[in-house]
Amino acid sequence: MIRLLLSLALALFATAASAQKLVTGVSRDQVAITANFDGSDILVYGAVARDAPPPKGVTQNIIITLEGPSEPLIVRKKARMLGIWANHESVRVDSAPSFYSVSTTAPVSSVISHTEDLRYHISVPLAIREIGGTATAQHPKKFIDALIKIRTKEGKYESEIGAVKFKDNTLFSTRVQLPANLTEGAYKLRIFLTQDRKVIDMSQTSIQVSKAGIERWLFNLSADRPALYGILSLFIAISAGWLASAAFQLLRR
Amino acid sequence: MQIYLPIAEVVVNAFLLFGIGGIVGLLSGMFGVGGGFLITPALFFIGIPPTVAVSTGAVQVVASSVSAVMVHLKRRTVDFRMGTVMLLSGFIGSTVGIYVFRELERLGHINLFVEVSYVVLMGLIGTLMFQESLRAILRNRREAREGRTAAPRRRGHSKLQKWPLKVKFRTSGLYISILPPIFIGVFIGFLTTTLGVGGGFILVPAMIYMLGMNTKVVVGTSLFQVIFISAYAVMAHVLTSQSVDLVLALLLIVGGVVGAQIGAIIGLRLKAEQLRILLALLVLAVCVKIFLGLVLHPADLYNINVVGHA
Repeated sequence: MIRLLLSLALALFATAASAQKLVTGVSRDQVAITANFDGSDILVYGAVARDAPPPKGVTQNIIITLEGPSEPLIVRKKARMLGIWANHESVRVDSAPSFYSVSTTAPVSSVISHTEDLRYHISVPLAIREIGGTATAQHPKKFIDALIKIRTKEGKYESEIGAVKFKDNTLFSTRVQLPANLTEGAYKLRIFLTQDRKVIDMSQTSIQVSKAGIERWLFNLSADRPALYGILSLFIAISAGWLASAAFQLLRR
Repeated sequence: MQIYLPIAEVVVNAFLLFGIGGIVGLLSGMFGVGGGFLITPALFFIGIPPTVAVSTGAVQVVASSVSAVMVHLKRRTVDFRMGTVMLLSGFIGSTVGIYVFRELERLGHINLFVEVSYVVLMGLIGTLMFQESLRAILRNRREAREGRTAAPRRRGHSKLQKWPLKVKFRTSGLYISILPPIFIGVFIGFLTTTLGVGGGFILVPAMIYMLGMNTKVVVGTSLFQVIFISAYAVMAHVLTSQSVDLVLALLLIVGGVVGAQIGAIIGLRLKAEQLRILLALLVLAVCVKIFLGLVLHPADLYNINVVGHA
């Protein structure tokens, strides 16, 4: 009971303190991956609701992040041993998002302070969590940089500086591009309103990305009934081989 | 035409996959090799995750081998007795191989082991086969010029004649001990699970040079063996890692079965030593490619390995 009252009081306090609130919407909250899926883009839009006119002389900014499901991974570096290039040092990354995009109204350093960035894990390197101690490398930081570089090249990590349109410090919108190589799961969409490089409001929602149609069916079958899936694969392979041979026999007659 | 692959979780061009399947099928039909040693690197190259590439490649190998073996069945160029002996001993080798593979994987460096083994095996087999078939071609030319035909030499199995437990392999034209085919079978089975190949490129030369089988029978018999060994690999991968992508397999199969038919027809028209020298060149080319990959400075020193993802 006390806890309930306390949280109620906190909520009241919070609304009173931030007289500016984000009101947001997305063009779609579900993305279906079908056989001919070729990427998608999501329109994120909204407005800043205020009790009073926007304060004079201060600039406000918007940051929008979209984060795919995280997974643990190992980054390895090759080194030359006995004339052969082989994996040598490695760094285990505890969790790295499979997709991550940051869109802002202005360069990140002018929009948010480093401490706020650290607190909310906004910029790309901070969205990756590497636990120290397990690395066999001397400079784990370089491995994280390499990971970001590779994923940026693949279109999985994006920094879109200035991509958010912010009209009259009130209305904002941007398009977040989703690449074709998507992993399934809940994608976390966060929208931050900042002022003087501090976050003053944040809104969060999730977008569900899932396989649909035949893709869904095959994926489920391979996970739930692997033996049946294997027999189906072999059946298709054998009958295709036999059919092609029979067809060629007919052709040559 | 872009297609999303449900297990690999990447988008690929369907026509590119028809092409890869077709080329590998063509070679498979011509030489009686499964094509695993070609299709797996090709799939890596277009960005398919390694585990998916290895296991899905096996499905394609089954399809193109079935397609090609039909042609050989019609012409009675399959030695079922020899194939069955090797197949049964192959399962023993595969099972041992699974444990060795797990142990190496645990120690890290499985990729290095696979690549170095490829280079050594392929370099050795490719060179030997190239030398031998070149000599055969030159000898045939000389004989044709001088207008005489020497009796074909019996190769390889002189020492094997003395081994016990002799069995008649009528189709291969052999009366030899059953032990050498068993040893070869176990070794090939071992390679299937450790190196992820059907073993055709080793099986074909082993049958020709070690057992002295008739080359025309070798291709069909090798295909027969490769079908079952690869089917076994598909089931093992499906049950342990769920890494077979059926959409990817289908696209490869469509190209593969057609290619295998054309390849089998070409193969039956070529002379045996021409076929051998082409296979030798192919094996050497792949060997050089992998060797360069090992010694040249890689474009990117870093690589990412997602843990616990198919």
